[in-house]
Amino acid sequence: MSNQGHSEQLFERVCHALFQELNKDEYLTLSYGGENSQFIRINNAKVRQTGLVNDADISLELIHDKRICYSSLTVRESIEELIVQTIDELKRMRSEVIQLPEDPYIVLPENSGSSREVRKGSLLSIEKAVDALLPAMEGVDLVGIYASGKIYRGNANSLGQKHWFETDTFSLDYSIVTPDHKMVKGTYAGTHWNQNAYEENIQDSKKKLELMNLPVKKLEPGNYRTWFAPSAVADFLGMLSWNGISEAAIQQGNSALLKMRNEGVKLSDKFNVNEDFSSGTVPRFNEKGQIAPEKLTLFNNGDLANTLVSSRSEKEYKKESNFASEGEYMRSPVMETGKLSESEVLKTIGTGLYLSNLHYLNWSDNIGGRITGLTRYACFWVENGEIIAPIETMRFDDTLYRFFGSELEAVGDTSKFIPEVGTYEGRELGGTICPGILVKSFSLTL
Amino acid sequence: MNEIHLKNLLAAVDVPADWIGLREVKESTTTRYVRDSKPQANVKNTSHGVMVEVLVDGQFGYIGTNRMDAEGISNAARKAYEQAKLASKYSIYHFTDAARPKNVGTYQSPYLKAIDSILPGEVNELLIKVNNALKVSDKVISVNSLIRIVESDHHFVSSNGSDITQNFLMTTFDMQSTAQDGPIVQTRSHGGLRGFSHQQGMEVFDESVIIDQARKIGLESVELLSADECPSGKMGLVLAPDQMMLQIHESIGHATEIDRILGDERNYAGWSFVKPEDFGKLQYGSEIMNVTFDPTVAGEFASYKYDDGGQKAEKEYIVKDGILVRGLGGKESQIRSNLPGVANFRASLWNRAPIDRMANLNLEPGQSTFDEIISSIDRGVYMESNRSWSIDDYRNKFQFGCEYGKLIENGKITKTVKNPNYRGITNPFWNSLKMIGNKDTFKCYGTPYCGKGEPNQTIRVGHASPVAYFENVDVFGGA
Repeated sequence: MSNQGHSEQLFERVCHALFQELNKDEYLTLSYGGENSQFIRINNAKVRQTGLVNDADISLELIHDKRICYSSLTVRESIEELIVQTIDELKRMRSEVIQLPEDPYIVLPENSGSSREVRKGSLLSIEKAVDALLPAMEGVDLVGIYASGKIYRGNANSLGQKHWFETDTFSLDYSIVTPDHKMVKGTYAGTHWNQNAYEENIQDSKKKLELMNLPVKKLEPGNYRTWFAPSAVADFLGMLSWNGISEAAIQQGNSALLKMRNEGVKLSDKFNVNEDFSSGTVPRFNEKGQIAPEKLTLFNNGDLANTLVSSRSEKEYKKESNFASEGEYMRSPVMETGKLSESEVLKTIGTGLYLSNLHYLNWSDNIGGRITGLTRYACFWVENGEIIAPIETMRFDDTLYRFFGSELEAVGDTSKFIPEVGTYEGRELGGTICPGILVKSFSLTL
Repeated sequence: MNEIHLKNLLAAVDVPADWIGLREVKESTTTRYVRDSKPQANVKNTSHGVMVEVLVDGQFGYIGTNRMDAEGISNAARKAYEQAKLASKYSIYHFTDAARPKNVGTYQSPYLKAIDSILPGEVNELLIKVNNALKVSDKVISVNSLIRIVESDHHFVSSNGSDITQNFLMTTFDMQSTAQDGPIVQTRSHGGLRGFSHQQGMEVFDESVIIDQARKIGLESVELLSADECPSGKMGLVLAPDQMMLQIHESIGHATEIDRILGDERNYAGWSFVKPEDFGKLQYGSEIMNVTFDPTVAGEFASYKYDDGGQKAEKEYIVKDGILVRGLGGKESQIRSNLPGVANFRASLWNRAPIDRMANLNLEPGQSTFDEIISSIDRGVYMESNRSWSIDDYRNKFQFGCEYGKLIENGKITKTVKNPNYRGITNPFWNSLKMIGNKDTFKCYGTPYCGKGEPNQTIRVGHASPVAYFENVDVFGGA
């Protein structure tokens, strides 16, 4: 216990107390998710809001007599108080679960081994953060969010399986804005803060602003030869986690990949994507404590090699589980690189578009694989291999069967890690590793 | 919410701040979800904590804490104080406690039947019956239904005398049918976007009404399989209230949020085409357009009496006779911008600081009957229930898709069309608003899923609207 932090000790004590309370015919799985975070929100290179959040939840999954129910509670700092509270909640769940219909697809917990991973970082202290961050921003209109601190994930079941994952992370996600409202996006994220690297990151973004000072080119709707930088490709890949790569979504008729499954449609043979946990930025265990394979091929030379299959989907659809999360979304996507070198990108575009970032993607026709969204940030018109002008924001509407399929001309030879900086349910972990892609024709509509 | 005594905790805080506020939130969300007549989720999530906010040297600092004893709150206040003090030399604005007006009062959501009037087993039985009613034919390949009940209790006290208790009871009900015929797949739901969301009690789950609606949704999903593709071209567009919800939200609500206009959201949700000098002048839409911020509507999803900064909430016109007259900005934004605003300084929970959010934002009814609107159109499409939404970071170029369309030809509805979409640019679009339905066409919707802010927050919003007719819109079909 000596090397355990407070959160891990607290989780262990609650697990011990609750598993002792169980009757013979009950199964209980407990999960822990928490964070100690510092947030500094910045606008115009000044502090808009500053604060700390200490939050954690314990989730309970109770199975009894082929029935299941779930609950979660905010963790109290006092272990004794938390134990009383969770035991009370277990009693409430017992009274509920007997009222529920039988669930034919229940997955009973197993003990297939335990794990513990604690990734120590080197973060800015809470007291030093604002003075480390703000001076480098002087002279520009910078807006964004700094987030830093510990993130915790735990899982244990009444059969003895136990996982703990704890990591220090930080991210500064920002935009620098020109006086005439053109913007460059920047992110500095990791586990070990390096003041010099941070200041270089800001300086690099300031230099990129110079390109934005060129006069804006207004484009007409139509089809354009287009390079998507890795951040833009990551946005497209992210859409596959929403009514895409999930086996359940395919089975229920809500997937953009139905055509691949049912009609044998292929994407480009240059398109290769894996679920790959080898970077270690996210835990491999899911809500049930099941360990996903370190690497699972999803798209192999344009073929749909595997979908993400949870154990529940295995029961329902008779497809072998690959221990995906319950939502069957990608947790650690990696797109394989191709042959187009970064230094050749502009020359290979010739005349067309260089899109750094996209915005507000949505399925405009999910079954058709069609996605709409906007260009955003540093997006340029390129002529004869040279950047000529930033473009006015344009709406696109095109299908993944074109930009990952028939129109995919080349894949970049260099991958980038695009960190996940979302904070809706708490600070997220991991990110997407992918290269850029060159597409022969991409449809802008408005 | 008697577990902790917020006023005692406030009294125990000992930091030399210019203002201190404690906002306790305890929120329990119960979700029951049945798919293909089998239970998928019976979940109760409870979040409980306190947001401690202090003002020092003009800068607010906060800490959201799950430790709610006197020592925990006092420590939290000290940390918030230190944060604010350190940041104050870089403040974007030096506030006073005028940003947190004193108010004392209470609010309770209106309801007839309490949450314990329906047992978990009964809710599951109802949801299974809904699933069975949705499955009107073998072509229906998947159905589901969901009931979500939120009990959210808020208590806010402050060093300048505010003491506000607000207790909310909210329900969301949705059902969905997906039908397939070969490669054609179509889905129909109960208003899209979990749109059937209100502040009300268990009286909303009236079995006979719900089962009739389920059969209609199932039939419409099958009907869409053999429907023609929505035509493409410039034509008349009539939007049902459940799609107007999204149209109002994206192209009026977010565009008129004062914190966006001030640039706070430029790194995430985006900026706005609206400039501070536009208020009182900009012809936002046609002269028949009247949009109100109204948290006083009984039963609408985002009704309340006070915002999370303590400001009293009242009905205000945002757009009056087509002119933009007021922004969606709480006290902080009003002070920073010197623009007229509303009481909409809201946080998603105890662990997030308040920012400018929509609450209830409604299009006021007009004079036309539904039949008068349809009969005035030579060629157009009537669309219901959002299924796709996207708009640019300035809230200009939007594209929205709906589940269900009806072709309008020579003043009559002639046939059903599938995959109806439209796109446009905010100002020209609202200026093409030709007719607004009367009170008979006016319906109240809401959604639990409005995302904004850094750190990110999801908040509940309400939107009520009549049917509305827009001229000469770019309409198109599927892939």
